[in-house]
Amino acid sequence: MLILHCPYCGVDADETELSPGGEAHLKRAGPGTPDDAFERYLFHRENPKGVHFERWRHASGCGKWFHAARCTVTMEVFGTYPAQVTEPPQEICDRITGKRPGWSWGAFS
Amino acid sequence: MKRYSAFAIAREALRGHTGWDRAWGSPQPKDRYDVVIIGAGGHGLATAYYLGKNHGVKNVAILEKGWLGGGNTGRNTTIIRSNYLQDASAAIYEKSRSLYETLSQDLNYNVMFSPRGVMMLAQTQHEIRGYRRTAHANALQGVATEFIGPQRVKELCPIINIDGPRYPVLGALWQPRGGTARHDAVAWGYARACSAMGMHVIQKCEVTGVKTEGGKVTGVATTRGDIACGKLGIVVAGHSGVVAEMAGFRLPVESVALQALVSEPIKPCMDVVVMANTVHGYMSQSDKGEMVIGGGADGYNNYTQRGSFHHIEETVRALVETFPMISRLKMLRQWGGIVDMTGDRSPILSKTPVEGVFINCGWGTGGFKAIPGSGWGFAELMAKGASPLTAEFGLERFREGRFIDESVAAGVAH
Ligand SMILES: Cc1cc2nc3c(=O)[nH]c(=O)nc-3n(C[C@H](O)[C@H](O)[C@H](O)COP(=O)(O)OP(=O)(O)OC[C@H]3O[C@@H](n4cnc5c(N)ncnc54)[C@H](O)[C@@H]3O)c2cc1C
Ligand SMILES: [Zn+2]
Repeated sequence: MLILHCPYCGVDADETELSPGGEAHLKRAGPGTPDDAFERYLFHRENPKGVHFERWRHASGCGKWFHAARCTVTMEVFGTYPAQVTEPPQEICDRITGKRPGWSWGAFS
Repeated sequence: MKRYSAFAIAREALRGHTGWDRAWGSPQPKDRYDVVIIGAGGHGLATAYYLGKNHGVKNVAILEKGWLGGGNTGRNTTIIRSNYLQDASAAIYEKSRSLYETLSQDLNYNVMFSPRGVMMLAQTQHEIRGYRRTAHANALQGVATEFIGPQRVKELCPIINIDGPRYPVLGALWQPRGGTARHDAVAWGYARACSAMGMHVIQKCEVTGVKTEGGKVTGVATTRGDIACGKLGIVVAGHSGVVAEMAGFRLPVESVALQALVSEPIKPCMDVVVMANTVHGYMSQSDKGEMVIGGGADGYNNYTQRGSFHHIEETVRALVETFPMISRLKMLRQWGGIVDMTGDRSPILSKTPVEGVFINCGWGTGGFKAIPGSGWGFAELMAKGASPLTAEFGLERFREGRFIDESVAAGVAH
């Protein structure tokens, strides 16, 4: 079972306590966005075989949203971090680089 | 190819089974094919078969990174039905179901199609309304389904507990000509027929790159060398995003693990397929006597072919409530497959931004039933550039907001 550390309440939460919230760090598209970009925003989710960043909610715990960095093949968790950021913290990126040199995800690497 | 028949069995019985041919060849890849299909699952193989049979395109290779049918085609719970809500879906799924009726004869390979009937239980008022609506839509589409009451459910499947504590059975959407087939046999039967037409089914050959020139496909790079092609069909289910990226475009698809499990074999106890969408579980009995049980999909992207453990518990809990007699049953095996989910829960059969590259994906949790129909339509699309069966399923529907929304209609979409 997937276990994620909630960066707010400090609990190591089982998957059954959490609800998945999809791709992290989405840039929202507003009115006037060209069709291409709007399509990308609505439908073209990151779906990598490897390093992935996503949102989770500690639904049956403290209720807070947070971020997680995880490998979609091995299920290894590289770390979790608070929701109030627009990109992954350097420390997490460095940790991933240590384990998966050359990784990239969306605009990050 | 020597034909299989009762006579052939008798003949071989008399000479110690020494005269059977290999069912399909294992050729060395050539430098070039007119058409290359990536993925030897049911959809890829069926596409190749109908390219040859309906359109005379036979210089075809089907490249498979693992083994024949080792993806979702060999991992599913084999439910075949066509009781969808939208017209475009009903058309392709019913075409497919009707092709299954005669597939064994067509392929000269027993795919064990068993139209034993599929019943989708209504356990809430909302489901009653939803399934009545589907039954009406199906009547207009020419798909034979009907809404039946709880007594009829009990007659058709005596082991169901119709007045369960939480969700009594209030009725069901019944498709008498739905059923099951042997999944491996579908892959093997198509592979044998493709091989007999001179096509190359090449296993252990992973595509690692897609080559283009001036926006047009020229071939693929594989673990067994480069292979040139005129047209390329990508039919790789859960890995569609990975292969599309090699060709340089994005798909509105996310990959998750979906699970199934089977019990120890028991005496025959149910001869229909039952799906219970509210409590989330479905079950049928295989010819070997195992209860075949379909579980839930993970809620987050992954490629593990395993699935989360707690889904098993949820599924089994739901089924024990619906079928109390299975509470002491031992489970034998559990597994997962990586399914390709689209936002509207409908497939994509489409041209792509790269000329000569076509994609068939997004069948998600429910594409086994669609294998013959999808192959039929996709082959026509690849050969002629358009097909009435696939017209609505283009990639552009997302940008244009023309969804074929089956997410509500289909409930548990298997
Ligand atoms: C547990 C489970 C239960 C299901 N139950 C049902 C059901 O009851 N009824 C129903 O209708 N559907 C069901 N489905 C869905 C159904 O199995 C799929 O929709 C269908 O089998 C997809 O077939 P396919 O040929 O597209 O994909 P697959 O059979 O997965 O074939 C794709 C192939 O592509 C290969 N491949 C991938 N990448 C590469 C590459 N780079 N190079 C070469 N080859 C590659 C893979 O190895 C694989 O063999 C279920 C699925 C699962 C997982
Ligand atoms: Zn918490």
